[in-house]
Amino acid sequence: MSKISVKNFNLYYTNFHALKNININIKEKRITAMIGPSGCGKSTLLRSINRINDTIEGAHTSGEINISGKNIYDTEMDVDVLRRNVGMVFQRPNPFPISIYENVAFGLKVNRIASNKSVIDETVEKSLKAVLLWDDIKDKLRKSALDLTLERQQRLCIARVIAVAPYIILLDEPCSSLDPVATRRIEELMIQLKDEYTIVMVTHNMQQAARISYDTAFMLLGELIEFEKTEKIFTNPSRKETEDYVTGRFG
Amino acid sequence: MRKIIDTVIETVIFICAILSIIFVVLIFGFLFKEGFAFFKDFGITKFITGKFWNPSSNPALFGILPLIVGSTLVTVGACVIAVPIGVMTALYISEIAPKGIRDILKSLVELMAAIPSVVIGFVGMITLVPFVRIFFNIPTGLTAFSGSIMLAFMAMPTIVTISEDAIRSVPWHYKEGAFALGATKWQTIRRIVLKAAMPGIIAAIMLGIGRVIGETMAVMMITGNAAHIPDSIFEPVRTMTATIAAEMGETVRGDMHYKALFAIGLVLFVITFIVNFIADLFLGKSKNK
Ligand SMILES: Nc1ncnc2c1ncn2[C@@H]1O[C@H](COP(=O)(O)OP(=O)(O)OP(=O)(O)O)[C@@H](O)[C@H]1O
Ligand SMILES: [Mg+2]
Repeated sequence: MSKISVKNFNLYYTNFHALKNININIKEKRITAMIGPSGCGKSTLLRSINRINDTIEGAHTSGEINISGKNIYDTEMDVDVLRRNVGMVFQRPNPFPISIYENVAFGLKVNRIASNKSVIDETVEKSLKAVLLWDDIKDKLRKSALDLTLERQQRLCIARVIAVAPYIILLDEPCSSLDPVATRRIEELMIQLKDEYTIVMVTHNMQQAARISYDTAFMLLGELIEFEKTEKIFTNPSRKETEDYVTGRFG
Repeated sequence: MRKIIDTVIETVIFICAILSIIFVVLIFGFLFKEGFAFFKDFGITKFITGKFWNPSSNPALFGILPLIVGSTLVTVGACVIAVPIGVMTALYISEIAPKGIRDILKSLVELMAAIPSVVIGFVGMITLVPFVRIFFNIPTGLTAFSGSIMLAFMAMPTIVTISEDAIRSVPWHYKEGAFALGATKWQTIRRIVLKAAMPGIIAAIMLGIGRVIGETMAVMMITGNAAHIPDSIFEPVRTMTATIAAEMGETVRGDMHYKALFAIGLVLFVITFIVNFIADLFLGKSKNK
């Protein structure tokens, strides 16, 4: 069943046509990977799914992105509610310069999901457990989040997203600032999370896409070239450009 | 040839630097020498806690508590007015105002900083002072309250400019992270931007206070210059700076009164030094983040 369905979607940065007539159906509770050379529009497409691109001056769109059947670009869409339901993890870990606890509690407070201290405590614990961080930092919850290692910062950013109970999680090259060991651990985490969340992930690392994703989208110069089962993309792509890219002939 | 020019320029710059250091040291030396001489003769506790300042009575009374209270009252009052308005203005300029309005506001604030304090004092004297007298129905408009308002005007440019800098340098990815979690613009400003910029904002406030404590001209013209401990902010007060400026001309070089004014200068210096030191502390904190 498809959760996110993109229809004839275009995005312009002022005059620059960054996404050209994109059509794609992303399945529920699967990991979908987006690959393609630098500048092809992967981040732009990902950032369109929670409308965080709205914050960029000059960005405008046409077409639809439907989530659970509702077009999120509809005028009556409440963007804050959308972003609560569609969480996002960025390329560079970006915990807030406040305590670990407050980082996870942030989404609960701003969305008025919980105000009761014991409920917040419980959710913070649950979220940190989900990203396998709890045991290591349960005594340091009041410490600044900026003192954590990069891997832990990224886990914290994922925990922060999970805390508000989204149904979709978008990740933009979540491992690109991590070492290989940390990368594998975050990948394992994503595999665990996919049972509960629909995950869309941009990656530059083709092994990573091959290892953990169910479907893979290949983009080039603002266009979606091919969208298929990951296995097919990497072993038997239908398009010449895809083959050239996955076999490393350019990129 | 070019080598020679280089050496000459370097030497000139070096001499200038040394000279400015020497001047500063000399000023300190003078201040300390005269100030300490006074402390020795009169007693530091009696000086700081004495309730009466009356250099021409017999025996002369050199208690600066009323002056300290005067300075503190005017300064605190100025902060109460200038800090919220200044920080809000900084927030508005850096986060909310559309580009055109932002540029206009920024130049206005810079213009404000360029107004000489005598002019502020003068304008305050003919507009604010009568207004305060009539509006609050009190015998005179020359009060600590009027002084606070004028000083707030002087502290505001410093507070706005430096806070705005601090707010604008909050990294975009913090804000993006907050938006992505469903925070509204205002929630993001209140919970993330202000927190991240807080060290810079505190430094801005301290520097603003530093400017206000040392201010002389405007307070002398507006606060009424009565050296007694006031019961409320709607009474005249006299500040330390105004005392030095007003009385230095009446003293005889080397006498008690003369030295007492230096001792006030020393107290003032210590206070400003502490305030600036705190500002530096926070400025450093906001830079190396
Ligand atoms: N804020 C912006 N303003 C103008 N153009 C932009 C902006 N952001 C991205 N672009 C342009 O849009 C195109 C797509 O950018 P995008 O960041 O989506 O690519 P990407 O596939 O994520 O690349 P990378 O792999 O390097 O992250 C690029 O040509 C880029 O220069
Ligand atoms: Mg990108």
